[in-house]
Amino acid sequence: MEPKPRLLTILDFFTIFILLAATWMVFFYAPVEAVMGLVQKVFYFHVAAGWVGMLGFLVAAVTGGIYLVRSNRKWDIVSLASVEIGMVFAFINVVTGSIWARPIWNTWWTWDPRLTTATIMLLIYAAYLMLRSGIEDPDRRARFGAVYAIVGFLSVPLTFFSARLFRTIHPVVIGTNQPGAEGAFDMTADMRLVFFFSLFTFTIIFIDLLWHRIRLGRLQDKVEQLKLTYNA
Amino acid sequence: MSEIPVLQEPSQAVADRKPAPRRAAGIAHAGFLRALWAIVWKDLAAEMRSRELLSAMLVFALLVIIIFNFALELDARTRYSVTSGVLWVTFAFAGTLGLNRSMSMEKDRGCLDGLLLAPVDRSAIYFGKSVGNLIFMLVVEAIVLPVYSVLYNVNLFNPGLILVILLGSIGYVAVGTLLSSMAVQTRTRDILLPILLFPVIIPALIAAVKASAGFLQGIPMDEITPWLNLLIVYDIVFTAVSFMVFDYIVEE
Repeated sequence: MEPKPRLLTILDFFTIFILLAATWMVFFYAPVEAVMGLVQKVFYFHVAAGWVGMLGFLVAAVTGGIYLVRSNRKWDIVSLASVEIGMVFAFINVVTGSIWARPIWNTWWTWDPRLTTATIMLLIYAAYLMLRSGIEDPDRRARFGAVYAIVGFLSVPLTFFSARLFRTIHPVVIGTNQPGAEGAFDMTADMRLVFFFSLFTFTIIFIDLLWHRIRLGRLQDKVEQLKLTYNA
Repeated sequence: MSEIPVLQEPSQAVADRKPAPRRAAGIAHAGFLRALWAIVWKDLAAEMRSRELLSAMLVFALLVIIIFNFALELDARTRYSVTSGVLWVTFAFAGTLGLNRSMSMEKDRGCLDGLLLAPVDRSAIYFGKSVGNLIFMLVVEAIVLPVYSVLYNVNLFNPGLILVILLGSIGYVAVGTLLSSMAVQTRTRDILLPILLFPVIIPALIAAVKASAGFLQGIPMDEITPWLNLLIVYDIVFTAVSFMVFDYIVEE
């Protein structure tokens, strides 16, 4: 087994440090929102987790495409790793959103375009994992996974668009806000700083986790190869 | 494994394949269409003899409609608002049955390997299977629609609705053919197709349900157009993508 790179150890500690810093900033530095109060603080990590979820699925689709062209196993490992991490963060995104929606919208769940899209996205990647688990041949598993990662990712914007043709109540905090959104607010300069710091923090967490997961994926690959050679 | 004994023969086929690009583009084009049509014809001929796929899809579709009658209490008032939803759920469920069957038929006796050894472009196989599946779906829909009209006394003979059904079925079959050829090559083949297909097909289903409801309820055209556009975009995007990645699904 290859030893853990020094840079990864440094990155681990850096990730822990900035996550603590971001948490501190969310609770003590960012001002309390005037109308919604403390529950608005969920926003910083909610959006950041959603961003990492989307980033993970994007990376999975892109590396899946590269795998199809190059057929080098390492791209498949990256693709699977990003899907798994993306799923965890997409789930965190949905759960934190629900926590916020309960006091603000007075319901845990509503069939809003973003909520609908987030859920369907989770289902797509659950199907992705089920597809992979049903295939023994590693090359075929990688090829099918790559194809489904691309097809699934392409359908997400269309799902969002189709659901958006229904009326939406989800606030758009960044960019212009449409009338009728419930729970919208304008960020102050302090809030914006904390918000972008959370985005940065979660991106670093994503990179750190991805690195760990790729190392794990390589080991899994090696174990599978050994099993195939010794059982044959 | 199973393809090894067959491998000797196509050396000739490969030899035939070589000069193909040098021929005039028009002839290559005709060859592609001929290969596509041959696959469609093979599916239709097999179906004419066995009639197992169409009859299963049809009976299943009618059962779904009957279940909906009791599940939703389709009385005269609610009928107008839910008809398009009931129809599309029926088509989607019956469609997975057909897609699964059409692909596992190829896989079971090694027919897919035979098809892949044929000296034709792989995309001809994809489009051939898609057109075959589309024909089966349209046949089922053509029978379900009048039956539904009679059973529930709703007039479904509306050119707009027929257009939506055509567009929706094209999108459904474009993705469905690709995903079913993946699903049949896995261990969990029969249960996997709907799980893979439904989350990806949702935008097309939403658009098809809304557009059908629009035509049935006589909503002004400018409110239906966005849904029709969405369906067309879906059809184009997913036909193109499936066409590009199909090679990777069938290669060994």
